[in-house]
Amino acid sequence: MYDKTVRRRRAVLGLLVACSVGLLTLYFGESVGGGLHSVQRGFLTIVSPIQEGASRALKPARDLFGWFGDTFDAKDERDRLRRDLQASRREAIANRAAAREADALRKLVGLNKQLALEEMDPVVTRVIGRSPTVWYSTINVDKGSSAGVRRGQPVVTGDGLIGKVTTVTRGASQVTLITDHTSGVSAKVTESGISGVVKPAVGDPSDLLLESIRRGDRIDKGQRVVTAGSRSSRLESLFPGGIPIGVVTEVDDTELDVNQRVHVRPFAQLRRLEFVQILRKPDTEPSA
Amino acid sequence: MIARFAALVAIAGLVEIVAVSQFPVFGANATLAPLVVMAVGLVAGASAGALTGFAMGLFLDLALVQTLGVSSLLLVGIGHGAGRLRELRNPQGALLPLAAGAAATTLFTVGYAVIQFLLGVDAPVSLLLLRDIVSTIVVNALIAAPVFALTRRWLTPVLPDDPRRRRRRAYTTGGLSPLSRA
Repeated sequence: MYDKTVRRRRAVLGLLVACSVGLLTLYFGESVGGGLHSVQRGFLTIVSPIQEGASRALKPARDLFGWFGDTFDAKDERDRLRRDLQASRREAIANRAAAREADALRKLVGLNKQLALEEMDPVVTRVIGRSPTVWYSTINVDKGSSAGVRRGQPVVTGDGLIGKVTTVTRGASQVTLITDHTSGVSAKVTESGISGVVKPAVGDPSDLLLESIRRGDRIDKGQRVVTAGSRSSRLESLFPGGIPIGVVTEVDDTELDVNQRVHVRPFAQLRRLEFVQILRKPDTEPSA
Repeated sequence: MIARFAALVAIAGLVEIVAVSQFPVFGANATLAPLVVMAVGLVAGASAGALTGFAMGLFLDLALVQTLGVSSLLLVGIGHGAGRLRELRNPQGALLPLAAGAAATTLFTVGYAVIQFLLGVDAPVSLLLLRDIVSTIVVNALIAAPVFALTRRWLTPVLPDDPRRRRRRAYTTGGLSPLSRA
């Protein structure tokens, strides 16, 4: 009895395994249009309406289940998008800063070509500090005596003159801007050649004053003011001639004064300095 | 009796195709076929388990347009193995469905992957396949107990009376055990 049971069980197993292997072999070996494939398609034709009906009936449950999954996915996606947004913002800020730097450097190159400043051995330097006062009268830059910087050398940006070097260390320097109350630059109006001295307007860092202009000299709004350069071999100017300083915005003509006061708006953006250029020639420091 | 088995195969197959396969749990889908076949083997014996496995595998391969014979071969082995386990050991622990379900799913998923490799795979295979297999085993282990209970409830009325079950029933209803009778 036991042997019969065992034999029957083994026979069933053997038969089923043989059928499975046979089906697999036949199915794998035949083409898509073969007999077994046709049977499969026929079975699918019968079962598919039942599948469709059951699928429709279970749709509410599927949607509810999917809602939970979608909620978890949405939270993950939200966190990922927040991280992407922060990274994009950082990248955008860095790109804007890089664009500003590139623009400033491009202007410096343009100024060098325009005024042939290459003969003055310019060196580009980065602004690393500013004076904390509202007048923005001094800045610190990252080049010093080791780079050939000396006291008194003129400093320009791509827009024009900004000041001169007043303090030098081995690796850094301080630049006094043209808006500092100690500053004075020999300048002239390009259209008429009238000369004067550009000094800051105390209390207003965006206004320079071209002084020592006689009342009879005609100066109009919109005329450009540039450095005058050396006009006498005995009194050499620190600043080479022709460097843009600013544009005339107003002319004060007071009857009681001998001289007229000309207001000049500086070209250089003194509040937003990134890169400046120090003109290292002549390579001698002025007398104190 | 055959009608019950056939209905079980058809219903379980349909539920797997239209429902279970579309409810992913932690990224993995459960698969009812090995659990049902394992349950039939544990309840009804090796031959019943093997026949149910063959029928279930054939049903799934036909309905899902898969290579015929692959699922049948694997489920025949699972059903027969579960039945032999019942005949030899007759395990009764509460964790039996969980352990047997996990083992059956492991055999089915790993075996299916091996056969697919043997038949030749044209596309590159990612190591994430291993993650999918493990996830499926875990999910199946979690649902093995209710599937086993439902299958046993469905088949018990048509199964022949098991003398071992009759002796156990006697003890629970307060009848005398052989020890006390002796």
